[in-house]
Amino acid sequence: MSEVIKLRKGLNIKLKGSAERVLEKLPTPATVALKPTDFPGLTPKLSVKIDQEVKAGDALFYDKYHPEIIFTAPVGGKVVSINRGERRKILEVVVETDKGAGSVTFPKVDPSNLSADEIKTQLLKSGSWPFVKRRPYGVIASPDEKPKSIFISTFDTAPLAPDYNFIAEGQMNSFQTGINALAKLTDGKVYLGVNTNSAFASVKQVEIKSFSGPHPAGNVGIQIHNTTPINKGDVVWTVNPQDVILIGRLFETGKVDFTKIMALTGSEVENPKYYQTVLGAPISSIVDGKLKKVNYKQRIISGNVLTGIRVKTQQYFCFYDSHISVIPEGDEYEFLGWATLGSKKFSASKTFLTSLFPKKEYVLNANMHGGDRAFVLSGQYEKLVPMDILPVHLLKAVIVNDIDKMEQLGIYEVIEEDFALCEYACTSKIKVQDILRTGINTMIKELG
Amino acid sequence: MQKGAKYHWLQSVHDGFFTFLYVSKKTSKTGTHIHDFIDLKRTMSVVVIALIPALLFGMYNVGYQHFKAIGEFASYGFFQVFAYGFIKVLPIVIVSYVVGLGIEFVFAQLRGHEINEGFLVSGMLIPLVMPVQTPLWMIAVATAFAVIFGKEVFGGTGMNIWNPALLARAFLFFAYPAEMSGIKVWVSLSHADKVIDGFTGATPMADAAAGNIHFSVADAFFGFIPGSIGETSTLAILIGAIILIATGIGSWKIMVSTFAGGAIMGIILNIFAVNPYMHLPFWQHLILGGFAFGAVFMATDPVSGAQTNKGKWIYGFLIGILAILIRVVNPAYPEGMMLAILLMNTFAPLIDHYVVQSHIKRRLKRARIAG
Repeated sequence: MSEVIKLRKGLNIKLKGSAERVLEKLPTPATVALKPTDFPGLTPKLSVKIDQEVKAGDALFYDKYHPEIIFTAPVGGKVVSINRGERRKILEVVVETDKGAGSVTFPKVDPSNLSADEIKTQLLKSGSWPFVKRRPYGVIASPDEKPKSIFISTFDTAPLAPDYNFIAEGQMNSFQTGINALAKLTDGKVYLGVNTNSAFASVKQVEIKSFSGPHPAGNVGIQIHNTTPINKGDVVWTVNPQDVILIGRLFETGKVDFTKIMALTGSEVENPKYYQTVLGAPISSIVDGKLKKVNYKQRIISGNVLTGIRVKTQQYFCFYDSHISVIPEGDEYEFLGWATLGSKKFSASKTFLTSLFPKKEYVLNANMHGGDRAFVLSGQYEKLVPMDILPVHLLKAVIVNDIDKMEQLGIYEVIEEDFALCEYACTSKIKVQDILRTGINTMIKELG
Repeated sequence: MQKGAKYHWLQSVHDGFFTFLYVSKKTSKTGTHIHDFIDLKRTMSVVVIALIPALLFGMYNVGYQHFKAIGEFASYGFFQVFAYGFIKVLPIVIVSYVVGLGIEFVFAQLRGHEINEGFLVSGMLIPLVMPVQTPLWMIAVATAFAVIFGKEVFGGTGMNIWNPALLARAFLFFAYPAEMSGIKVWVSLSHADKVIDGFTGATPMADAAAGNIHFSVADAFFGFIPGSIGETSTLAILIGAIILIATGIGSWKIMVSTFAGGAIMGIILNIFAVNPYMHLPFWQHLILGGFAFGAVFMATDPVSGAQTNKGKWIYGFLIGILAILIRVVNPAYPEGMMLAILLMNTFAPLIDHYVVQSHIKRRLKRARIAG
C-alpha cells in the first residue's frame, strides 16, 4: 500500500455514546420524506401533487435550473403532504409508504460495459445523481461538467461518526460496482481515502490514499487538499461511501432501493448501535423509545454534533447523513461556570483540567458556554485546519465580501465541515460555518 | 429588558454582572451543536492569574525598596514589608479597574452589546507598568485615555491597534515627563522619610545609561531593584510565562522571538561597544527593566500583535531588537521596551499583510505547477 499521509493538525472530540457494532433491521417506516433544504443552493420545483401515487424512483421534485436532476421517492406509496415554510418554501415532501407500490425499473447491467452517458442517464433518472457532490462549494454536481477526479473518503473522524467498515460489511460488491460506475464519469482517477485497517483497501479501479491523524482527517475536503488540491477552474466530485453502495445497488438490482444503515449515537441514547432503515426515514422511527428518560431537554441531531442539523422526532433524516447524535440541550445557567477547574469540561484549549485526560470520553451539551465577541485570540483556528489555508483571513475576506481575496485564500477548497472544528473551539463564539456558507453563496452568485 | 423601559440604561451593567456570575443558558442555534467551554472570561482570567506572581512580588518590592531607602529594612518583618507595599499598590489597582471598567460599561450600554472582558487584563497590566509614586489621578487620566482613545474609538476589545496598558504608560510618559522619569518615582517615599546616605532611587538601567553599572545580577533576576511595580522580578514573570505557555493562552513564539531579538541586538552592541552601557553583557539586558515583562505580557497581546504564525516570529524578533536598540542608543531615556512594542503594534498589520501575500503567492504557484 502507498505511504500514509500524516495530518497533525486537528482535534478528536471523544463523546460518550458511540455506536456498538450491532445491526438491527427496522421495518419500512410508515412515511418517508425528501427535504429540498438538504441541498444547499437548490431551487426545487414540484413534480407531484398531493394524493398522487408514486413508485420508488418516481420524481418528487426537480432542480429548476437543471431539470434533468430529479429527486425521487425512496419508497413507493402516496404523496400525503407537502410541508412549506415561510414564503411557501418547500420543506418536506412526504410519502406514505406502500409495499405493493414497487419501483421504477432499470436495466441490470455491469456499469463497466456502459458508456459514461448511459451511466449518467441511469443515475439521473433514478434520483441517484444528487449523491454526487462537487467541490468547489459542496453542492450537487452538474451533469455536464468533467471532473478532474472523484474522491471518496471511506472513514469519518467526526465525533460519534459511524464506522463505514461496519456499514459496508456484506455490501462490498455493491461498493465495487458503484466505483466501477463512477470511474467512467471522469477522465482522471477515482481516489479512495482510507485509514489504517480499512476494509476498503482492497477495492479495485481506484487509487488508494491512506491518511492518519485527528479529525478532520476523514473529511474529503482535507484529503483532496493534501493529495490533489483544487485550483481555480478545477472540479472534483465527492461521494459518501454509503451512497456509493446505493449507486452500486442500482446497477446490480435495476431497482431503486435506498436502504441505508444509520447509527444512533450520543450520550442520551440507551443502547447506541446501528439500524437498517431507508433514506428519508422519520427520526421517530429510529429514536422513539431508545433515548434515556431524563428530566432535562435533549437535542436530536441528524448528522454529527459539528455539522449536523437539529431535528425534532416528527421530522426526517437528512439526505446525506448516516447517523443521528443525541446530546443534552444544556439550556441551564451555570454559576461562575467560567471559573471552575473543569474536570468534566472538554476543551481544545489547555485551560481546563480535562486537558490532562485526553483519552477520556465526555458528555457535551449544546450550551454556547459564553457570549459572542469579536475576534480576539489568534492562532486558534490554524491548529485545527490541516490545510495550507489561513482560516481567519479567509473568513475575514468573506465578512468584507472581497471576492478576489476569497478566491486567493482558498474558498474553492473548503466547505463548512472543514472549518467546523474552528467554530467549536472559538473563544469568541464566531459563527464560522454560517460565515463560510455566506461566502460560498456569494461565489456561486457572482461567478456561477 | 425592552428599549424605553425604566432602567433600560442599566441593561449592559446588569448583563455584565449577570454573565459574570452565571454562564449563559444560551444554546447553539446554527452551526456546531457543541461549543468549547472556553470563553473570553476564562481566557482573560488565566492571564490575570499569570500576572499574580508579578503583582505579589511587586507589592513586596515596593516595601523592600522603601525600607531599604530609609535604612530600616532590618527592623521590619516580611509581612510588614509586604503590607507597606500592599497598601501602596492596592489603590493603584483599584483606580485602574474602577475607571477602566466604568468606561467599558458606559460604552457597552451605548453600543448595546455585552461588556467585553478585555479590560480584566488591561486593568491589571496598567498598575504593574507604573512607577509606584505615580499620583492616583494620573493613573485615572491615563486609564481613561487608554480605554477611550486606545480601544473604544476603534470599536472595543478585539479592534484596537495598540496595547491599551502600554498606551496608558506612554500617555503618562509623554504628557507628564517630569513626574514619570528621573530618580524620584521608583521608590515609595513621603516627605517625612529621611533617606540613608548614598541612596539615589535610580533604576540600575538609569545608572547604566549614565555609565555607572553596579547592580547584582541576582537582585535583578529576583527583582530586588527599583522599577515599575510589576516589572522588576524576572522570576515572577517567568512563572507567569510558564502559566501562559502551558495553557496555550500566550504565544510562546512571540516570547521566544522577543528574547532572541533582544539577545542578538545585545550581542551586536557588545561587539561595537563604545560606551559603558554598550558593554553591559547582552543577557543582562533581558533581566533588567521592562524587557521580560513586555515580552511575556505585552508583546503577546493577541489583538495588537501579529496574528499569523510567521508574522509572530518576525514581530517578536523586531520588538527585541528595537527595545535594546532604543534602550542603549537613545540618550534621553534608559528604557525602550514600551516604545518598541507600541512601534511594532503599529507595524503588526503590515507584517501580517506580507505574510498573507506570500501565502497567496505560494498558492498561486501551486496552481501554475498543476496547470
